[in-house]
Amino acid sequence: MRFAILSFPGSSCDVDMLHAVRDIVGEGAEIISHVDAKLENYDAVLIPTGASYGDYLRPGALAQSSESIESLKTFVKSGKPVLGVGNGFQILVEAGILPGAFLRNQSLKFRSGKAKLAVRNASTYFTSNYEEDGLLTIPFAHEYGNYFVDRETARLLKETDRIIFTYEDGNLDGSVERIAGVLNEQGNVLGMMPLPERAVEEIIGGTDGLPLFQSILKNWSEKNVSHA
Amino acid sequence: MSAMHEPTAQQIKDEKLYRQMGMTDEEFDRAVDMIGRLPNYTETGLFSAMWSEHCSYKSSKPVLRKFPTEGARVLQGPGEGAGIVDIGDNQAAVFKMESHNSPSAIEPFIGAATGAGGIIRDVFSMGARPVALVNSMRFGDLSEARDRYLFEEAVAGIASYGNTIGIPTVAGEVQFDNCYSKRPLVNAMAVGLLNHEDIQKGLASGVGNTVLYVGAKTGRDGIHGATMSSSEVAVDKEAELPVMQAGDPYLEKLLMEACLELVKSDALIGIQDMGAAGLTSSSAEMASKAGYGVELNLDLVPQREEGMTAYEMMLSESQERMLVVVKQGREEEIGELCKKYGLEAVAIGKVTDDKMLRLIHKGEVVAEISADILAEDAPVYYKKSEEPAYFQEYQRMENAEPAVDDLKDTLTALLQRPTIASKEWVYNQFDTQARSNTVVAPGSSAGVIRVQGTNKGLAMTADCNSRYIYLDPETGGKIAVAEAARNLICSGAEPIAATDCLNFGSPDKPEVFWQIEKSADGISDACRTLNAPIIGGNVSMSNEVNGVPVYPTPTMGLVGIIHDLSQVTTTAFKQAGDVIYLIGEAATEFGGSELQQMIEGKIFGKVPAIDLEVEASRQKSLLQAIQSKLVQSATDLSEGGFAVALCEKAFDAEELGAEVTISGSAVTALFSETQSRFLVTVKEELTTAFEALVGDAVRIGKVTAGDRLVIKGDEDEVLIDGSVDELRTAWKGAIPCLLNSEA
Repeated sequence: MRFAILSFPGSSCDVDMLHAVRDIVGEGAEIISHVDAKLENYDAVLIPTGASYGDYLRPGALAQSSESIESLKTFVKSGKPVLGVGNGFQILVEAGILPGAFLRNQSLKFRSGKAKLAVRNASTYFTSNYEEDGLLTIPFAHEYGNYFVDRETARLLKETDRIIFTYEDGNLDGSVERIAGVLNEQGNVLGMMPLPERAVEEIIGGTDGLPLFQSILKNWSEKNVSHA
Repeated sequence: MSAMHEPTAQQIKDEKLYRQMGMTDEEFDRAVDMIGRLPNYTETGLFSAMWSEHCSYKSSKPVLRKFPTEGARVLQGPGEGAGIVDIGDNQAAVFKMESHNSPSAIEPFIGAATGAGGIIRDVFSMGARPVALVNSMRFGDLSEARDRYLFEEAVAGIASYGNTIGIPTVAGEVQFDNCYSKRPLVNAMAVGLLNHEDIQKGLASGVGNTVLYVGAKTGRDGIHGATMSSSEVAVDKEAELPVMQAGDPYLEKLLMEACLELVKSDALIGIQDMGAAGLTSSSAEMASKAGYGVELNLDLVPQREEGMTAYEMMLSESQERMLVVVKQGREEEIGELCKKYGLEAVAIGKVTDDKMLRLIHKGEVVAEISADILAEDAPVYYKKSEEPAYFQEYQRMENAEPAVDDLKDTLTALLQRPTIASKEWVYNQFDTQARSNTVVAPGSSAGVIRVQGTNKGLAMTADCNSRYIYLDPETGGKIAVAEAARNLICSGAEPIAATDCLNFGSPDKPEVFWQIEKSADGISDACRTLNAPIIGGNVSMSNEVNGVPVYPTPTMGLVGIIHDLSQVTTTAFKQAGDVIYLIGEAATEFGGSELQQMIEGKIFGKVPAIDLEVEASRQKSLLQAIQSKLVQSATDLSEGGFAVALCEKAFDAEELGAEVTISGSAVTALFSETQSRFLVTVKEELTTAFEALVGDAVRIGKVTAGDRLVIKGDEDEVLIDGSVDELRTAWKGAIPCLLNSEA
């Protein structure tokens, strides 16, 4: 499987994602620049965290105006999987690919640590290797992690099982419905503020993020093996 | 001259205008004498910046010469942007610590942020990828609103820069004492990695080669920052201060990536950060070190503001700028490389063979001075040193225990002292995991990162107990190094090198200079004995408020190597039933201790003694035990002594307590800050092997399941019996509580 790691200027943690997918999961992965990004050549797109464009204006706001966002939207329409973590989630929201908006953390400070998450839907492309309602420990690091959607959208997300992860400890930073990760309507785009690529090795941040990548891989393989 | 309003050379002399730039009469006369004429306004500015303490180390040089700077692993000692040590496999660690005290006293967010930015540039200008940050900070005790503001903003500033650029902060320390009220110390350390062949130096060599300017445009910010940082901050006269330079971590991220690609190019001759004294120091130093000259056409310097004079351009400390020398004819390809990162590389000058720094502005030569005179010939001062009266007075005092009523209440109160309390409030604001190599994040003895692609690790820490150094600078200097080394050992690392950040009051005060000298003696001794050569550092003088110096604070940053990541050890208890060992006996030593400050409201007397041979031998045997995987957890005893260290081991664990028995006077056994001591846990089945290696370890009890922390004394008397949860809550809540108070 070939993963594109879509990198904008300032997407510092593209290297974290590369290490997780290439060195640990063992799949083909490349960091590709947002300039002339040829996404159609890849099987999945990963949007890493960091501070694209220095988080100027609002996190993700400048990246969403990059021309690569148009090809990202085409990629999304094709049904292939897209995962945005941290700043990558913020970019997906700013680009209108996922619903909602991000506010500053309730504490008004950048915060990092390890969050306890519950898997609210284990039958998605990204979570099928998890157990339903399973508890995970995943690192996070953000200043604008306070996810907001209006009441109507929150209801819709709930009804359609698109709230994928929720915070189960005090780390929600004000997020509506304790949302830590949401899925798009089509089911092929996941955005989450905690950082699963930092939880793929025992010696670094644990391994609770690993099944997420393995889910993508398994679902992709099943689909592509049947086509072969 | 380029600006009509600038005074003439004669006026500068007659009206002694150089004094406003921080030059003394003698220094001005020396400059006149060396160049054989009166310097004009721009030239006087060059002298004042290059001959400031910050750039020339004119007062500290005789002291710095004492430091051991050589060792088998040292590839680059002091003198470049950062020092370099070999870590095997053709790899090297590059690191340095620097202060940003004066800016942080005025505008703490920007001041602290640009401090981090500057030290990161120092590391990547050597060709190294910065992989970890460490910080060391000092503030007043948080009882005053101004100090709470300085603390909160400085932490946020460091966090903002490191988080945005994507370099994890993995270790740090904060000490609180009212000697730092309104005059905080903010020291930042960066650690980088490179392969030996990528080592770069700041050299401008090869006649005709091109001088390129890469990065942010030059503005009027930070003019005379180097001079300012070498003088006392007038807290009440902020209007008179120069405009502070602001940082842009996003731009620095682009600059860093461009430079790290640039160092792979054979077109590159030399590269140096435009740090303190900006364009002046980078150009003069690069020319002087290489034995060449540099000619700059200032009209070509990218400028953010209109009508800047030569003087302003040369002395600006605008951030995120690099001076790069490339082979003649290769400018375009370097320009293309920079363009990929959204940066412009502008040719502003060339290398010459006449060893002069020559500046051209609007078609005229506006300055022409020997680069060597600027970079190398600053006066060296042998400052007057005088032992202060207090020293002998303190030395004559008998060691005594502070009067303690209730042992458990005292322990709780100690845990709530901000210096001892959990620094979670601080490090939760840092991205500690970026780059996915952080093995031990802040909160243990030292930070540990993995060297990616290998099974090696680097451990790092910064330490200095300035109260000890104030009371007895020589002993205190030894302790600062020993404590930092202990923190590495407890993480499973072998110390390999050190950097220092020497924060003191005005060296013109003989008592301050005595503190500088004596602490340098202690530091040198300890670095020699503990095998940690000093490969670079920084001097920050005149840290005073209203003429009163802060405690002498020579912060030591140490880096150690972990040969096998499976040997990494942390502070926390690991499992119930493990045996707890205490290495080293407590003596009644409370001079400068946290308990003394808490109970007496001041510090006095003799500081804890330290025998470097004992220290070295204990460190060696403990490291051997850790490397042999005999040790479950390890921590050294520092502020607050035994009881605090035991608590910390329980706090970081989950649902584990301890039951131990200690002997001798309870107050001494629990709270004394006697040096060279460790608390270690060992699996029962490994105790025989452990005891064979670590001869002076004494078995004192066991790790227990549950929430109780029980410390018994002679004849089984229960000294302290507490709930780990309750103690932890007090320890964790102390700093947030102090910040929310409205005193």
